[in-house]
Amino acid sequence: MPVAKRKAQEAAMTYVIIGNGVASIGAIEGIRRQDQKAKIVVIGAEDSAAYGRPLISYLLAGKLSVDRLALRSEDYYVRNKAELRLGTTVTGIDTAKKAVTTDKGETIAYDRLLIATGGIPFIPPIPGVQGADIYSFTTLAHAQTLIELSSKIKRAVVIGGGLIGLKAAESLHDRGVGVTIVELAPRILSAGFDEKAGALAANRLKKVGIEVNCGVTAKEIQRNKNGRVKGVLLTDGRFLDCDVVVVAIGVVPHSAIAKEAGITVERGIMVDDKLMTSAKDVYAAGDVAQAMDQLSGERRVVPIWPNAYNQGFASGRNMAGAKQPYQGGLPMNSISFYGLPTISVGLVNPPENDPDFEVHAVLDQEKEIYRKLVFRDEKLVGYVLVGDIDKAGMYTAFIKFEMKLAGEAKDKLINAGPEVFLWPEKLFDETWNPAPAKAAR
Amino acid sequence: MLFQPINRNYHEFSIDRDKDKCINCKVCVRQCAYEAHYWDESRQKVMHDNAKCVGCHRCEALCPTSALLIQKKKSDFRDNALWKPEFIKYIYKQADTGGVLLTGMGSPVGNIPVYWDKMLLDASQVTNPSIDPLREPMELKTFLGAKPDKLEFTKTKDGSPKLKTRLTPNIELNYPMMFSAMSFGSINFNLHIAMARAATELGICYNTGEGGLHKSLYQYGKNTIVQVASGRFGVHRDFLNAGAGIEIKVGQGAKPGIGGHLPGEKINEMVSVTRMVPLGSDAISPAPHHDIYSIEDLHQLIYALKEASEYRVPVSVKIAAVHNVAAIASGIVRAGADIVAIDGMRGGTGAAPGMIRDNVGIPIELALAQVDQRLRDEGIRSRASIVAAGGIRCSADVVKAIALGADAVYFATAALLAVGCTLCGKCYTGKCPWGIATNDAKLAKRQNPDVAAKKLVNLVHAWGHEIEEMLGGMGLNSIESLRGNRDKLRAVGLSDTEMDILGVKHAGR
Amino acid sequence: MKRVYPDKEYCIGCHICELACLTAHSKSKDLILAYTVERTSDGLSPCKHVHERGPTCVALSCRHCDEPACVAACISGALQKDPESGRTTYDREKCVGCWSCLMACPFGAIARHPLENKIVKCDLCFDRPGGPACVAACPNLALKQEER
Ligand SMILES: Cc1cc2nc3c(=O)[nH]c(=O)nc-3n(C[C@H](O)[C@H](O)[C@H](O)COP(=O)(O)OP(=O)(O)OC[C@H]3O[C@@H](n4cnc5c(N)ncnc54)[C@H](O)[C@@H]3O)c2cc1C
Ligand code: SF4
Ligand code: SF4
Ligand code: SF4
Ligand code: SF4
Repeated sequence: MPVAKRKAQEAAMTYVIIGNGVASIGAIEGIRRQDQKAKIVVIGAEDSAAYGRPLISYLLAGKLSVDRLALRSEDYYVRNKAELRLGTTVTGIDTAKKAVTTDKGETIAYDRLLIATGGIPFIPPIPGVQGADIYSFTTLAHAQTLIELSSKIKRAVVIGGGLIGLKAAESLHDRGVGVTIVELAPRILSAGFDEKAGALAANRLKKVGIEVNCGVTAKEIQRNKNGRVKGVLLTDGRFLDCDVVVVAIGVVPHSAIAKEAGITVERGIMVDDKLMTSAKDVYAAGDVAQAMDQLSGERRVVPIWPNAYNQGFASGRNMAGAKQPYQGGLPMNSISFYGLPTISVGLVNPPENDPDFEVHAVLDQEKEIYRKLVFRDEKLVGYVLVGDIDKAGMYTAFIKFEMKLAGEAKDKLINAGPEVFLWPEKLFDETWNPAPAKAAR
Repeated sequence: MLFQPINRNYHEFSIDRDKDKCINCKVCVRQCAYEAHYWDESRQKVMHDNAKCVGCHRCEALCPTSALLIQKKKSDFRDNALWKPEFIKYIYKQADTGGVLLTGMGSPVGNIPVYWDKMLLDASQVTNPSIDPLREPMELKTFLGAKPDKLEFTKTKDGSPKLKTRLTPNIELNYPMMFSAMSFGSINFNLHIAMARAATELGICYNTGEGGLHKSLYQYGKNTIVQVASGRFGVHRDFLNAGAGIEIKVGQGAKPGIGGHLPGEKINEMVSVTRMVPLGSDAISPAPHHDIYSIEDLHQLIYALKEASEYRVPVSVKIAAVHNVAAIASGIVRAGADIVAIDGMRGGTGAAPGMIRDNVGIPIELALAQVDQRLRDEGIRSRASIVAAGGIRCSADVVKAIALGADAVYFATAALLAVGCTLCGKCYTGKCPWGIATNDAKLAKRQNPDVAAKKLVNLVHAWGHEIEEMLGGMGLNSIESLRGNRDKLRAVGLSDTEMDILGVKHAGR
Repeated sequence: MKRVYPDKEYCIGCHICELACLTAHSKSKDLILAYTVERTSDGLSPCKHVHERGPTCVALSCRHCDEPACVAACISGALQKDPESGRTTYDREKCVGCWSCLMACPFGAIARHPLENKIVKCDLCFDRPGGPACVAACPNLALKQEER
């Protein structure tokens, strides 16, 4: 195609992004890195511009006001020439006609489409779960509802001892609500953290008066004759009095519209190394996508913030023509419990007694300091830090850059912690002091 | 303090720390190579031990709040014109150690006259015009090597003249200055690269010294003089052919008549490869060349080297300025040397016994004047160039040296000062705090070749400008016209004998 | 963009860059006050850190990556990429101290503020007339600010 014609076509390019979470922000920034001119349309079901979703727990705890939630400045969309349609839900995708329809009755044509619809809270089929006084905690609206409620209620049960559940519990507690956590697994934070880290976090929560029940779950949510929640009956027979129940078991990919459009969905929307779905010119990113995971080498749904941004960014660049494969995601979580910082990255719970893995863990119960390193094939593949987290990023480097750590270097990492001199010379130079021609960013 | 030698407190320097300014940032602790500053855990502050201070001023230079002052210790012995404090301290030290007093750097002894300071330059007034070097061409270009006594020409068919005389190889210098021999090992690689790069940028030469030449520096060969000394370190065919000249080192001004000794600690991997000596073993240069016992032997060596380098480069012979220097120089020229380098007693060194440094040899000014005169008297001056070394401090010294008969000068100490040296004289300890005379990786990197090369270039440029100014002032437009032009010099306060030796008249005459 | 590149061959580990950075980001702009007073009272700390092993030293700070891991991880929008200057910018007001960036940056370029739930990160001295303070202060040209 002649250059002039191609340019003209590119100028006319329209990118439509469904969803206005962080993946969508990543996508805008990725597109704009590559293409300054194209038209971008962002369609978001929620009423506000992209906000720090994890910040809703800070909001609920009263640590932040609503005006501090926005992820980017007010003029962001204008500066990036992105048209923002809020309070609008996409109801259908026509991949043949290359257009989407919305609940407002519009049809919007696209050249490239990004599905970044995130996740929806998973509600388990517990008897009594349908009805009043049951809440989720994943959106700003949820947080605002709970804030209003908090002055009226005395006791809440949070079902789910994962990250979102604990944050909801902590925030409600800060609002003066008595909170009990119910977790089916034998420990809290079973996904990203191990037993010891989970125990340290649980202790912090218990210290401030949050009740933590592990190894049990709700058998039934009981209601009074008005249909209002009375309490939760646990599988071990105990009964917990409460006014509301917060269900925070996790999120599942919000992939319904993709499935309806005939796009391949497994656990999430399947994407290739450029984040493209089974449909041409349709991409997916964030909590809704099942994308490459660096450590397992498989496509997985890992619903975390950095992956959402990075997938958004990579999809943006690729939609705009850069042939830049997505590096693969890395599970990582940083979360503090009443001042106790915890960080977990990569593969932290290797299968027990698997000889391929080597684990080094040191716990200082008194100081509430814990460090766990997980190695596979002479490489660091995961770590957990509690209390003393200052060198976290330096540990991440060893996982992310897949540095081989044989013999002495590994001993040093284990005994003295990470340092930049353990890096291979070449990586060090390319990273920190590259020859002008070789400057890799 | 208790349990220490009773003369420990007779140290030379004291560290003055301004309490209002010191912030205990520990920069001094990290910089001091002698651990004079230290972090006191119990007091939670930086403290110091004056007795360990060598007066290198490194801490003072780097202290970010300029809280430090390094001073001579005020405590003095009772005045005694004979028993000056240094002699008293020497005795204490030797009574403690039983050893030879080692020193580094040139002689600090003050009672031997510095003749540069007793000679003044001329300038033109009225009868011959001075020249403005900013407006008119000024030639500092210098060629080192033998010059033909006369030139013969033939005519080509079309009648134009053609040079018939075969010219001997010369070294071409843009300035009449070179960086003197400092071996790789005595100073580190960073400075060798810096000298090589600076010499190349300037169009002058640096001298490898007796430690060989690292392969990576062969690329600077056009601006390198390779040295062959009694230890023959790093000497092989490629080495001899790597430079623009070869120098046979017979003697060194700071330690005439004695050899050299590079302690094993300074022989690291790179030094060992370059010198061709085992890692970590002492590198000893014998006092004499064991194959030179006469002028005839020297003649053989000179021609052996010329053969090895296929007569492409001039050969220089470097000697210390000693009593019979003029006669020796004459012999050297007759033995076939193209350059005679004379190193005066104030020349620098990486390590020399203090007694030798301060008591053996003669000042360069006297030696230079005599050598030039002798070669002229014998009608062989054009057969060799003279390079003067040992205590050249400024551009005026260069000009005076050339007026006394030198073709060019070598300087080493001035070059080291340019890169930070403070003449603390601890070169022989291998712990040079300025990263110069040390191969300790942690100290050596204090010399970033980029910085050092720039400073060396700046220094030579600055001196070059000043030389041009002085030449112009004398009404000369080329350095050639000054060579051996002693009429441009006048002495002040010198005896008749001294003036006679220098070949200069007294000021006013 | 012009970044600051550290040279481990010639870094002498003097830590003067850290002091310069500290002073440049102090209220008083006076090293003595910055180091002796503001460090304790305000938790003032440098963005640059000298790493040492044996004779090797190197002074590291934020690389202002083209595709920064910290920006991807920041849950508040405090860390962003400025498309004009190329800097990775930090808005202290927005930061909630979640340490996601500290975890994500594989270059260890982010530190916790000693007293507050905020981070400390190199800002390339964007508002300093003479450019980066560390580069200006380095006595051995071991830090260079240039386009590569
Ligand atoms: C309370 C809480 C705390 C968290 N804390 C952390 C944390 O500390 N660290 C971390 O890494 N991760 C955390 N997460 C997870 C993180 O927030 C998500 O991974 C991230 O928000 C995913 O971004 P996304 O853009 O893919 O999707 P989302 O943020 O879910 O955004 C999707 C958007 O699309 C909209 N949408 C959906 N369907 C449609 C449609 N059909 N039409 C139009 N719009 C639609 C949704 O309304 C939503 O606004 C937390 C999540 C929660 C809920
Ligand atoms: S100021 Fe320069 S030499 Fe000193 S520690 Fe910093 S980078 Fe290294
Ligand atoms: S903080 Fe780290 S990831 Fe962020 S720009 Fe700096 S070096 Fe890159
Ligand atoms: S600590 Fe601050 S800057 Fe870092 S990710 Fe959290 S909010 Fe962003
Ligand atoms: S550029 Fe400025 S902020 Fe960054 S490390 Fe240097 S002095 Fe500190």
